[in-house]
Amino acid sequence: MQTITREQLLDKAVSLLSDGTVQAVLGWQKGEFDYDITPAVFETEDALKKNFVWNDFCGANFSKYLIERTKKIEGKILVFLKPCDTYSFNQLLTEHRFDRDKVYAVGIPCDGMIDIALVKAACGDAISSIDTSADTIQVETLYDGAKTVDKASVLAERCVVCKSKKHVAYDELLGEDGEVLDNNRFDEVARLEAMSADERFAFWQNELSRCIRCNACRDVCPACTCEKCVFGNPESGVENKAVSDSFEEKMFHIIRAFHVAGRCTDCGECSRVCPQNIPLHLLNRKFIKDINAFYGDYQAGAEVGSRAPLVDYTTEDLEPGEVFDRGGQDA
Amino acid sequence: MQRVGVFVCWCGSNIAGTVDVQAVSEALKNEPGVVFSANYQYMCSQAGQDMIKQAIIEHKLTGIVVCSCSPRMHEATFRKTAQAAGINPYMVEIANIREQCSWVHKEMEIGTEKAIILGRAAIAKVNLNAPLTPGESPVTKRALVIGGGIAGIQTALDIADAGFCVDIVEKKPTIGGKMAQLDKTFPTLDCAACILTPKMVDVAQHEKIRIFSYSEVEEVGGFVGNFDVKIRKHARYVNEDICTGCGDCVSKCPMKKVPNEFNLGMDNRSAIYIPFAQAVPKVATIDPNACNMIKNGKCGLCARVCAAGAIDYTQQDEIIEEKYGAIVVATGFNPISMDQFDEFAYNQSKDVITSLEFERLTNAAGPSAGKLLRPSDGKHPQTIVFVQCVGSRCDACAEKGKEYCSKICCMYTAKHAMLTRDKYPDTDVYVFYIDVRTPGKNFDEFYRRAVEEYGVHYIKGMVGKVTPQGDKLKVQASDLLANKQLHIDADLVVLAAAIEPDASARPLATMLTASMDTNDFFTEAHPKLRPVESPTAGVFLSGACQGPKDIPETVSQAGAAAAKVIGLLAKDKLQGNPCVASANEMMCNGCSSCERVCPYGAITYENKEFRMPNRTTAIRRVASVNPAVCQGCGACTVACPSGAMDLRGFANKQIMAEVDAICK
Amino acid sequence: MQMSEYKPLIVAFCCNWCSYAGADLAGNNRLAYPADVKIIRVPCSCRVNPMFILRAFQRGADGVILCGCHPGDCHYTSGNYFTRRRMALLFSMLDFLGIERERTRVEWVSAAEGAKFAATMNDFVATVAALGENKRLEDLRCKR
Repeated sequence: MQTITREQLLDKAVSLLSDGTVQAVLGWQKGEFDYDITPAVFETEDALKKNFVWNDFCGANFSKYLIERTKKIEGKILVFLKPCDTYSFNQLLTEHRFDRDKVYAVGIPCDGMIDIALVKAACGDAISSIDTSADTIQVETLYDGAKTVDKASVLAERCVVCKSKKHVAYDELLGEDGEVLDNNRFDEVARLEAMSADERFAFWQNELSRCIRCNACRDVCPACTCEKCVFGNPESGVENKAVSDSFEEKMFHIIRAFHVAGRCTDCGECSRVCPQNIPLHLLNRKFIKDINAFYGDYQAGAEVGSRAPLVDYTTEDLEPGEVFDRGGQDA
Repeated sequence: MQRVGVFVCWCGSNIAGTVDVQAVSEALKNEPGVVFSANYQYMCSQAGQDMIKQAIIEHKLTGIVVCSCSPRMHEATFRKTAQAAGINPYMVEIANIREQCSWVHKEMEIGTEKAIILGRAAIAKVNLNAPLTPGESPVTKRALVIGGGIAGIQTALDIADAGFCVDIVEKKPTIGGKMAQLDKTFPTLDCAACILTPKMVDVAQHEKIRIFSYSEVEEVGGFVGNFDVKIRKHARYVNEDICTGCGDCVSKCPMKKVPNEFNLGMDNRSAIYIPFAQAVPKVATIDPNACNMIKNGKCGLCARVCAAGAIDYTQQDEIIEEKYGAIVVATGFNPISMDQFDEFAYNQSKDVITSLEFERLTNAAGPSAGKLLRPSDGKHPQTIVFVQCVGSRCDACAEKGKEYCSKICCMYTAKHAMLTRDKYPDTDVYVFYIDVRTPGKNFDEFYRRAVEEYGVHYIKGMVGKVTPQGDKLKVQASDLLANKQLHIDADLVVLAAAIEPDASARPLATMLTASMDTNDFFTEAHPKLRPVESPTAGVFLSGACQGPKDIPETVSQAGAAAAKVIGLLAKDKLQGNPCVASANEMMCNGCSSCERVCPYGAITYENKEFRMPNRTTAIRRVASVNPAVCQGCGACTVACPSGAMDLRGFANKQIMAEVDAICK
Repeated sequence: MQMSEYKPLIVAFCCNWCSYAGADLAGNNRLAYPADVKIIRVPCSCRVNPMFILRAFQRGADGVILCGCHPGDCHYTSGNYFTRRRMALLFSMLDFLGIERERTRVEWVSAAEGAKFAATMNDFVATVAALGENKRLEDLRCKR
């Protein structure tokens, strides 16, 4: 369940829409199932009342949608931002990707989102309905009847290690603002670092070879906002749209992670949308962990206008050959 | 598709000795795009070049690959050859099969194989080459000199004498800088004012030179040949054009208790003042922080006594906008603050002074009219201790001071010691030093005279502590050579304070996108070969802003900087390097990553309207590179995630084609 | 394949102003290093895109080395400082993916350091040769 209710969000959206503050609302609506909630743009009160959804599956980070949406609108668009979304919002502002004046940002608190894969693992694939209005989740399945599952046990990994309940950007805040959290989000990266190189290679070979190059990770990523992606550009010389060799996945994921290094806010959308459940966020987190260790703590999006570590330097930076001594990794 | 010609050079036996040149030219015949392949003894010779030219014409070549020595050697030669035969000089690629092949590998088989691969890579690249034309930009024939010390003065005079207009911007009310405050100059002991003030007058009278005194550079835009500069001329509340510099206002001003910065606060000046008698421009300036009329609207005496009617209490700062072709930085230095050096009791006793204060004390126009008297009681000091390296050559870990040697202190201290002993032979003079560093023409002889003829006590060792006691200064020091502790009762202690760049240098460097070292000295384009140029094209360095320097060195660097400026301004048009970055607007995100890694500030952004599907348009922020400013490093191309930014002559595709060819 | 016969393929990116000149100096002084090293000239080490490095591995390189001016001596003032950060992160990532860390290297070689250039290349070739063929970043379609 979420502390803030659908009605509260709906009231806010309806009032801002009807008094003309905004012309459209970026929100969530139900997809095919209860649990697959998709982003949607609402332009009327009726549409909002009919389709607007807010529940434990509203993980989608809207920041990226603002790039295109603000271009298509004369006035303002309302966007609901969970704390983690506000970091992406700021990062995009730092990169001048949308016009801040065209956005009305409403910060909303978040009590963590559910990973449907975990629910399915606990209750089976055939879920006919799911009720998340309490912390004990009621699941109706097609073949095994009703089941219950504790929200804490099916919380998305990114929410388990939530980095911040604090909004770093908004025009208006609904509910209480939280704090930046001290978490252990780098534990899994550290666990991999502690492995031997052979073990790490086996781990990633196993994970990345499942990649089907659907590009969902890229398309959802609020840092991957290129007008034209190098991997989709025939002129780039590295265009490739299908997997035909294990190298391709590595190339794609290494370069993708490198392109967002220092700009990735660790929102975790890449892993959320991956249909193959590849823990892609670990690549980004590895970069974040390294950046923090090598160049000092840096949280992308914490403030607008900060200088990303890869477009910055000091004369005393460590040498590429030294990274292995500091990272604590074994060969 | 290109029509590529391949020319394999034997370089006598230099290449042919370990590379089968015939095999190489045969093998490369079959590469994509190659329509002609030959080898010859000396491609760079007239006959070789003629062969290339002939082949270009005969086989309608559009690009050529020369397999020869390093491109650093003959790339320019073969580009000219190609141009002479009618193809674009940038359609030439060199495969380095001498320095990087035949000279480092011994076996013919291996050398030949590698030469073929290097040739293949060059062919792969040239297939993707495009003709490039260097951009041209006009040159504004006017120079800006920032700083009116001896460095700026000399640079301005040299440039103006060559016939170009020069503006000097000086933040103080007068030009002259530090040298105007000095008494005598080493090693010749001629008086500083006697050699400086005529130059100041030359500047004032030069028809090509304008002086903006009491002014600062506020904004710099543009690039080499075309800088747009905004200069803020601070209100001095005196009309410069009318003021005759008679000084009536100065003598009548009732507010006479303002510390006199020209004498380093050792005496006072009035609220309206002329820094010194030979000031240029010789006009009065009202210190708004001290003047009662400006602060409270009460007084107005100076306006009443001014016969010329030059006083204007309502004067405002003025912004001057001007275009320049070249900018010379001559912002100079300052002694560091002694606040952190409590051990020398600088803040506890008036009789502990810095060397620059000593200069004023011995200067005939100084606070004591040139008599060497103690600041505390006006008595003649009998024992003077000079302490060297105060804040210079400090440990990198030390919390205070500078790591570098301030360079000028050894010589001026020898001068001070010598002059003191010369004028007041009854004075005991001690100099404590770490090393005495006196390289320079007639410098060491000068120092030895101080020791041998004038009997100055030079003691290797540092002063540990100075304690004021009664009217004496107890100096505790070590004599490292005698290995003993010394206690000296001194009347005056003179500290050779380290020098640091002027505080205005850092913000100025940011405006100019010129680089600085960690000590805030401007970095030269090359430490040996381009010592008076900043890496930023069109920005030149003169004097101590680049590193500690004495007067002779400053003047010679000032002249060198002027020569470089003249060389630039003498051109009507500047030809750029065509291998510059450029952004593909259709792919650009406008994210500013490229701008942030550009060391030259060559990248700017503009909001442009783009056509979108369904006859709609959208405004997007896109990067644009100023080819006149870009130097072609390529940092932006990697910072750009979409690949919108690419480098001409070293494009992504070209380099990847080389990689592919090598790895084939 | 026997190790003694194995010839690694090394791609060396050298900046025009220092390292490429350093390589030329090695040549002038006839300081030998294995012909397995193939040099690509770039204006500055900061021109080297991680994509080029992966591309080299894809096409069959066994090692990639990047040479630039010493930090502080960059012809373009700051290029190699960016290189240093980019490569530190890239190499750490490759290592994280279990790719042998010895296959990539950054070395600062000045125009005066011909001997260092040759020594670096000798050492790098020996290191990569000892590792054997690049298997972890290969693209079977590009195999010779």
